[in-house]
Amino acid sequence: MAAFSPLTDPSIGPSLRSRGPFADPDYTPEFGSDSISESKILVIGAGGLGCEILKNLVLSGFRDIHVIDMDTIDVSNLNRQFLFRKEDVGRSKAIAASEFVMRRIRRGVRITPYFGKIQDKPKEYYRGFTLVICGLDSVEARRWINATLVDLAAEGDIVPMVDGGTEGFRGQTRVIIPTISSCYECSLDLLPTKRTFPVCTIANTPRLPEHCIEWAHQLLWPKNFPQRKFDADLEQHVDWIYDQALFRANEFGIEGVTRSLTLGVVKNIVPAIASTNAIIAASCCNEAFKFVTSCNPVLDNYMMYSGDQSVYSYSFCLEKKPDCPVCGSLAQDLTVPRFFTLQELLDLVAEKPKFQLKAPSVATSDRNLYLRFPEQLETLTRPNLELKLIDLISESEELLITDRSLPLSLKLRVRFTGDSERPKDSGNLSLIR
Amino acid sequence: MALTSITFHELHHKMLALKKKREQQQLNGGNSNTSARVISGAQIRVQKDVTELELPPTIELQFDNPNDLLHFTVTIKPADGLYKGGVFPFSCEISEDYPIKPPKFLCIPKIYHPNIDLEGNVCLNILREDWKPILSLTSILLGLQILFLEPNPNDPLNKEAATELARDRHKFSTLVKRSMLGGYVGEVRYDQVLRR
Ligand SMILES: [Zn+2]
Repeated sequence: MAAFSPLTDPSIGPSLRSRGPFADPDYTPEFGSDSISESKILVIGAGGLGCEILKNLVLSGFRDIHVIDMDTIDVSNLNRQFLFRKEDVGRSKAIAASEFVMRRIRRGVRITPYFGKIQDKPKEYYRGFTLVICGLDSVEARRWINATLVDLAAEGDIVPMVDGGTEGFRGQTRVIIPTISSCYECSLDLLPTKRTFPVCTIANTPRLPEHCIEWAHQLLWPKNFPQRKFDADLEQHVDWIYDQALFRANEFGIEGVTRSLTLGVVKNIVPAIASTNAIIAASCCNEAFKFVTSCNPVLDNYMMYSGDQSVYSYSFCLEKKPDCPVCGSLAQDLTVPRFFTLQELLDLVAEKPKFQLKAPSVATSDRNLYLRFPEQLETLTRPNLELKLIDLISESEELLITDRSLPLSLKLRVRFTGDSERPKDSGNLSLIR
Repeated sequence: MALTSITFHELHHKMLALKKKREQQQLNGGNSNTSARVISGAQIRVQKDVTELELPPTIELQFDNPNDLLHFTVTIKPADGLYKGGVFPFSCEISEDYPIKPPKFLCIPKIYHPNIDLEGNVCLNILREDWKPILSLTSILLGLQILFLEPNPNDPLNKEAATELARDRHKFSTLVKRSMLGGYVGEVRYDQVLRR
């Protein structure tokens, strides 16, 4: 078999060889071809979207692909997650998908799977990618990877993120160039909140099958099994909810309580549509292809697709939010003497005309160093103020400072300098840069 | 900045410039912390919400673990109304999806209240169907307090209590007093919640 070459490949060759009218002025076919061969792409999620994305990337000439997914294959995935077979049920999605693509789609590509959470990997791991594509169903994971990429961008390494999402017949694609265009957190307030029902309606006046299921799930379960946490992955638990909901529905003359609706409500899932996944994954991979090769401009920066009432699509630009907690204030470097206490750091920051803090609270990613309020936490954390900073945090660890006078937060990366012993006559802070 | 105002050419230059700047910083002895975790958007939002709470003295917060702002107890001590003199602790759990998802509140003692059931579930619109990410913890805590000042017979979770309140406010008030002392109302024995 002849070696694969992007420029002569019948499917992607033409897009690389002919200059688009809006292509980058410096674009040459060789540049596009080399860029695609040398790029290293990370795919997060190997589920419905992930399977499509992996297949598309490989067919578009990408050769070095990494994929992360913490899930294992369930029998209900097989209808649309086409890289998996019956005998794969129970195996890691990331591993099974990688093997399938390397075996069946194109030899010579390298797909590196990781079976686990994105949070397991250190920030450094993400620095090495040309681009990240997300096909996730979790807001939490998206927020995490977004914050990580913004952090890397603040240090000078921009790794763009293409984010795809689907829900039933709807979907969206979004291109995020961290610190340059609007980030995921910028538009968080626009996300639809989970569909919920008033507890009193559930308790007294159910009208919908969902009301009956929520009644069994939210109210009856904790009452009957106060010691046992409900687990939507356990069949007996879901069956119990289904039986109780059905009984209540009959009592109130409500139709439509089924086992699959029960599962959908307790797991908060919208049925996945294979064709929506295919459309959104295609769009994500187009954006990745254009970004990496620079053969044509990328999406600026949001595309929504709706297939539930005929077909509708629209693209627009989400603006950066000036007070975005993630990209609105990038971590700033501050150098302080080794003998500084936490109190001295706070005084220094408060005095800087740039910040003008009144009552700052400060934490690391996992410890609260000093909180101004509530009273109990103020009392508990106050002793830290007298401690040496160097004993509280490690060099370059990020500090999060919040303050009433800040519209958002302030992130500092503290570096230490000089002696750890306080000089005899040092009341003055003039040493500090 | 919107991408329409920036060509690829410029973008690549910008990315290169940033990379150079970083390499320069490393040369100058600065190093990046390779193991440090990233501060999440949820953490920033929770820290801001908790440390900037504006609460009346009738609402108190208690944390079991000072490094965990996601779990705490809120105690409401109404200074007025039918529940005056009572102490009502609620457990609060904030999820990693905050503020997309509202925090969860449960009333710890078993109390006689039209909008709180015997398991401690609370019927408060902004805790569920009317929650918006722009709301904050302060708005929820004040909402909880209002439930004690103005119990609402129209959103019942404890039907008997709601019926009683709608029918005869004076009798309802007597029953509230009795329940707060740890007495029976109907078949149910309530927890003693009076301030000692
Ligand atoms: Zn942002």
